Amino acid sequence: MNQWNNFSKGFFKENAVFTLLLGMCPTLGVTSSAIDGLGMGLATTFVLVMSNLVVALIKNLIPDKVRIPAFIVVIATFVTIVEMTMQAYVPALFDSLGLFIPLIVVNCLVLGRAEAFASKNNIGSSIIDGLGMGLGFAMALTILGSIRELLGSGKLFGSVIFPEDYGMLVFVLAPGAFIALGYLIAFINQVKKEA
Amino acid sequence: MEYVLIVISAIFVNNIVLSQFLGICPFLGVSKKISTGIGMTGAVTFVMVIATIVTFFLQKTVLEPFGVGYLQTISFILVIASLVQLVEIILKKVSPPLYQALGVFLPLITTNCAILGVAIMTIQKDFNIVESVVFAIANAIGFGLALITFAGIREQLDLMDIPKGMKGTPIALVVAGLLALAFMGFAGIV
Repeated sequence: MNQWNNFSKGFFKENAVFTLLLGMCPTLGVTSSAIDGLGMGLATTFVLVMSNLVVALIKNLIPDKVRIPAFIVVIATFVTIVEMTMQAYVPALFDSLGLFIPLIVVNCLVLGRAEAFASKNNIGSSIIDGLGMGLGFAMALTILGSIRELLGSGKLFGSVIFPEDYGMLVFVLAPGAFIALGYLIAFINQVKKEA
Repeated sequence: MEYVLIVISAIFVNNIVLSQFLGICPFLGVSKKISTGIGMTGAVTFVMVIATIVTFFLQKTVLEPFGVGYLQTISFILVIASLVQLVEIILKKVSPPLYQALGVFLPLITTNCAILGVAIMTIQKDFNIVESVVFAIANAIGFGLALITFAGIREQLDLMDIPKGMKGTPIALVVAGLLALAFMGFAGIV
């Protein structure tokens, strides 16, 4: 597989959110604004790239039977690094993402890529795979966050597009997350069919 | 009274699935039939309560006295992962019928964020041990309520005439949205 395909598959063909339906909890939980979605996406990308790198490095040292717990420890280490870094440098984002930062550990996307890709491929491809899948995930979260923020409060990345009074509050709240993602996936499926 | 408030708040007002977005993967994944929904709820209740108790004591007796709070994420997930394995082995030996019923769901539970989420939330809310257990049970019931209701709707949904593009996941998500809308009606009762 050439590296460009390896990188770009994460954005459309095998997009974590739209196609594989992995990592749905943060997808729904933190996308009430575009900036939160982007922050979460980038944090996950970092964890994904680093854990793919380490898993690819140590894949021959881990006995097959304990590989899942070993992968989880690797992932949890990088999640802790992200958690402490965000708390120190971007406290506002840290507060609004809240519980979902430690929960990157149980994001099926990260463990899924470690198991399905990094444990079978070399270091270079694993990093590119992690980068592609991670940025694809970040893209999906940002799109969903933008839609919800725009429809819900009339803003985009914090700047006012139309007055908040015309916004549909439900899109910022919990039900709006499910409904917006449902229609977004239906739309993507339709586009794929025609392409 | 305090416990009643915790229970009502966890089941209805801050429902773990529909308003906190934890445990969405099993919520979408095993909700095609009511019977699998019930099995999953059983397994989640079991593991959630045990995991909350174990992580509670881990936090109070190891992490806090030694000042290593930053190891919370890594130690909690390890405890949960090994606990799931342990529960699986014990159930297989002690109660084969229960293992038959819950067995297939157990491995999935390690990556169920509801378990880790509840364990961390109990610490954040500074509950004592009794409150923690009540909180864990209430959240498990809330998870079951959402999952089984949703499974019931999805069983009916299979018989409906749905536009082609909306079949499968999209319509399921929209239905989940309407369900979440209904649960918003409970806001303010606590």
